[in-house]
Amino acid sequence: MIIRASDSTFDAEVLGCPDPVVVDFRAAWCLPCRLVEPVLEELAIELAGRVRFVEVDCDDSPGVVARYGVLSLPMIQLWRDRELAGVLFGARPKGDLRAEILDALG
Amino acid sequence: MSEQSSTIRDVVIVGSGPAGYTAAVYAARAGLAPVVVAGSVTAGGALMNTTEVENFPGFAAGIQGPDLMEAMREQAEKFGAEVVWDDATSVQLGRPVKTVVTGGGETYLARAVILATGSAYRELGIADEKRLSGRGVSWCATCDGFFFRGQELLVIGGGDSAVEEATFLTRFASKVTLVHRRDRLRASKIMAERAAADPKIAFAWNSEVAAIHGDEKVTSVTLRDTRTGETREVSAGGVFVAIGHIPRTELVRGQVDLDESGYIEVVGRSTATNLAGVFACGDAVDHTYRQAITAAGSGCSAALDAQHYLAGLLDQVTDPEPPTETLVTVS
Repeated sequence: MIIRASDSTFDAEVLGCPDPVVVDFRAAWCLPCRLVEPVLEELAIELAGRVRFVEVDCDDSPGVVARYGVLSLPMIQLWRDRELAGVLFGARPKGDLRAEILDALG
Repeated sequence: MSEQSSTIRDVVIVGSGPAGYTAAVYAARAGLAPVVVAGSVTAGGALMNTTEVENFPGFAAGIQGPDLMEAMREQAEKFGAEVVWDDATSVQLGRPVKTVVTGGGETYLARAVILATGSAYRELGIADEKRLSGRGVSWCATCDGFFFRGQELLVIGGGDSAVEEATFLTRFASKVTLVHRRDRLRASKIMAERAAADPKIAFAWNSEVAAIHGDEKVTSVTLRDTRTGETREVSAGGVFVAIGHIPRTELVRGQVDLDESGYIEVVGRSTATNLAGVFACGDAVDHTYRQAITAAGSGCSAALDAQHYLAGLLDQVTDPEPPTETLVTVS
């Protein structure tokens, strides 16, 4: 399951989470985002209980967008021990994405 | 051995843009039950990054690229094509029975393979391009333009797609400069006139990118004059690269003959490659036209060529000599 976060809930859902967190920044107008979303949904099921998956809609969350200087979508943040462990840009094959997530989040 | 890897199919199609899906529609209607290895994130091909497609015949009101791809996929599935949402990671094409292996570890066997792997964005190939990718260097104006409100942007390129990107970006940017190596655009007349008339679009003629600067994000770019070699630095919040595409053919390099630019070589007006039973279509083959409709057309040709090849191959069952070359009939 992927949790929806926005300006008001981002800190609680992401920074407050003791588990590793994958944050997908997306927007309705971003066509490649539609490609990566089903891949993340599958990975969220596969890694349930180990990694939390969160999505942020850039249209609703100008504060978070500005705080992290989002300039490109899709953008995926990898959080570990409440610290940013990596950022990925662009749609990627599922195998690559799984490897990047597991590598960064240990 | 899994069930997949023990079944020998008629056709596996690698790629799922207009070429791959059209090949799938035709192959499926011919009763060949094709498997389409669609790609996990490349599914739908280049059109998935295209908003409005205005020139696909039959859609007078225009259609969104992803919607067109969805419709083609449904049509192929309706006739019995099986779409696999995974990437082809290796292929073995030289034997009568070919193998296509996916990232998920499945192996598909088939007597014919249709390559419709499409193309990828061409990169500038300069230092800092990768480092600043996603930090102000972009290949997708519709994805990233939103984040550059009120900024000065550069678009690199002189073709239709560069002009389209520049025009789109004027919605957000204070100024967009088209940077082109020559002294006039390569874009079609209607597009070039649209750009020239746009008060927010400026031009840097006879210029190419020598370097991109910025720590956390792009702040400026060094342009080099293509005639004098002189360089100058211009401030820019973002650099949008639209200098064309390269064929996505690494998967088959060393097996299928490629030309010096990496496109798959086909025989005459057919879709036959140098390997018997291996056919190619779409942007992976096409230097010239590169349209959704031409890709779809060549996908149709590939399916018909594969069908003829398989028919010939079936005749060979009673013939002691194995086929040594493609049996494609070019009509």
